[in-house]
Amino acid sequence: MKYLEEFQDPGLARRLLDSIHSTVTRPWALMEVCGGQTHTIIRHGIDQLLPEQVELIHGPGCPVCVTPLEVIDKALEIASRPDVIFCSFGDMLRVPGTGRDLFGVRSEGGDVRVVYSPLDALRIAERNPDRQVVFFGIGFETTAPPNAMTVHQARKLGIRNFSLLVSHVRVPPAIDAIMRSPSCRVQAFLAAGHVCSVMGTGEYPRLAEQYQVPIVVTGFEPLDILEGVRRTVLQLERGEHTVDNAYQRAVRPEGNPAALAMLDDVFEVTDRAWRGIGVIPDSGWRLSERYRDFDAEHRFEVSGIDTAEPAACRAGEVLQGLLKPDRCEAFGTVCTPRTPLGATMVSSEGACAAYYLYRRLGAAPARQEATPVV
Amino acid sequence: MLSWTCPAPLRHQPRVVMGHGGGGAMSAELVEHIFAPAFGGEVLAQLGDAAAVTLGGARLAFSTDSYVVRPLFFPGGGIGDLAVNGTVNDLAMSGARAAYLSCAFILEEGVEMPVLARVAEAIGAAARAAGVEVATGDTKVVESGHGDGIYVNTAGIGLIPAGVDLRPQRVVPGDVVIVSGAIGAHGVAVMSVREGLEFEAEIESDTAPLGGLVAAMLAVTPDLHVLRDPTRGGLAASLNEIAAAARVGVVVRERAVPVPPAVANACSVLGLDPMYVANEGKLVAFVPPEHADAVLAAMRAHPLGAGAVVIGEAVADHPGTVVARTGLGGTRVVDLPIGEQLPRIC
Repeated sequence: MKYLEEFQDPGLARRLLDSIHSTVTRPWALMEVCGGQTHTIIRHGIDQLLPEQVELIHGPGCPVCVTPLEVIDKALEIASRPDVIFCSFGDMLRVPGTGRDLFGVRSEGGDVRVVYSPLDALRIAERNPDRQVVFFGIGFETTAPPNAMTVHQARKLGIRNFSLLVSHVRVPPAIDAIMRSPSCRVQAFLAAGHVCSVMGTGEYPRLAEQYQVPIVVTGFEPLDILEGVRRTVLQLERGEHTVDNAYQRAVRPEGNPAALAMLDDVFEVTDRAWRGIGVIPDSGWRLSERYRDFDAEHRFEVSGIDTAEPAACRAGEVLQGLLKPDRCEAFGTVCTPRTPLGATMVSSEGACAAYYLYRRLGAAPARQEATPVV
Repeated sequence: MLSWTCPAPLRHQPRVVMGHGGGGAMSAELVEHIFAPAFGGEVLAQLGDAAAVTLGGARLAFSTDSYVVRPLFFPGGGIGDLAVNGTVNDLAMSGARAAYLSCAFILEEGVEMPVLARVAEAIGAAARAAGVEVATGDTKVVESGHGDGIYVNTAGIGLIPAGVDLRPQRVVPGDVVIVSGAIGAHGVAVMSVREGLEFEAEIESDTAPLGGLVAAMLAVTPDLHVLRDPTRGGLAASLNEIAAAARVGVVVRERAVPVPPAVANACSVLGLDPMYVANEGKLVAFVPPEHADAVLAAMRAHPLGAGAVVIGEAVADHPGTVVARTGLGGTRVVDLPIGEQLPRIC
């Protein structure tokens, strides 16, 4: 696998930064939708190297952050059952539900396992025919196709003791919701490249036109991010608002037809609640009628969940770019990565967790000269 | 109408969770709030990988460690190698050459004898390679289902040479930070086998005894300030522990930190940061600047230090905090890991 060193090249980064610096004439607010991009930006200190006028707003594209509390609580209840092996990607285990997390369930005797693919969970189901195996299917358009394929496989192989707890979400309706917010400050979007590698770019021209915002499909390595910012700023300065693909090595306009067919077969679009934000119409997927018997919510009749959400955490505003994490009253005092009020402080992609690190140096990140250390 | 709320905080863990054994902030809290107050004692307050004690006029390094790795065997080694090298290295970080080890087994009913024999042979071979003698031991068996095959505990003692005083409190701004070679191999090797992941190149654990390398460094000057072997929690945890105890800041030049391409690729796939991945045959040293070149040369002349490089320095700014200068010229804080590093979803 290449692309690690080449797409982190300091010399090329400097040229892109110089280009951005020489292009910008006034303040612009760009939202990077995807938490993976937030992670790259923070990890490489990219936000400190951009011109003062370019503000990066961290969007709601962290699947860990936006999975609703109610779904986490359903996961906790299902995972607590003695007949269940509950499988999840690793970073969901530390996300607080009401009063505990999946690590807590495991410490109480629950069989909670970290897997790296939903197919691993299916194999566990095959090997444990006397147990119910549940996979926690969360995430955006990137993780939905393999989850769909796994359910498809389960039915094809007749593995009846496997089910999926689904909380999939879709990016374009979230962009809609953000732009409709009366206090929205976002002037352009870096669209998530991996999402577009599955879905293509067909959903974005309408958004760009309706809200008069440039949308640049962007990758995840440092140079990808800088190139995405460069193209976005160029459009903003020229008064343009088109959809531009700056991640052509991975994204085709039509997306991935096989993945799209699988999504169409297994899932259907539904309204979905986003943690800290609320219900966004048509923003999620659930298992379609044909696969409903693989839906863990139906199989386990998870009901009577009493979610308690005190109003101390303002992650929803953070997720929409309405509030900088360090402007929240709870930030860094009652809310830290060790004692998180919400998922934005738990996830490595969460904006609050990222800001917490900077705050320990006394302030938000100071701007620096764009002088790469070689 | 959209609402803006979040859940109740998780303030306290009512039970032990995996993160308490991760070598990060949660492990430190367990020691600080439960073990240290219960045990008392001045020596324990050193909180180093090994305790430095004086007995009958001799300065001894004394250390213990338990090994619960799964699987028992992985590319480049196994639980037997770790059980010897881990404790030998904890002693070496005090400047001591390990002299004697104890070795205690907790075996699960049903473990196959050839497996146990293979582990025992690995312990013997590793002890001979490290120049240490297994002098005492113990065996317990727990019922099937109440263990995970084989757990091993080793404790060790060794003599600390005269004039050697390795403690984080000796670190001062200006000290040069040296790492003895490429990081991350052990953690990725174990994870690749444990999770059935296949990468382009097989990554082998770097498990090795560091007593000889440390002796070579001390031969240049006994005035090294502190050594750490960055095991659980990786290089990030070691640097944070030193920064906090020494009340200095640490600045690391990220591009100088040696990460093998195969490890970088595996970490990229898994969403892990190599700085937090365990090593079992590496050390990080804080060295006075006037000795740095000579120590570095001595390290590079030793097989286990051939890849030694300077990665940063101790500074007076931001005491207790480790900052990485990124390859692009930005900065980020390299925090102490909370519990276990968790692979990211996407």
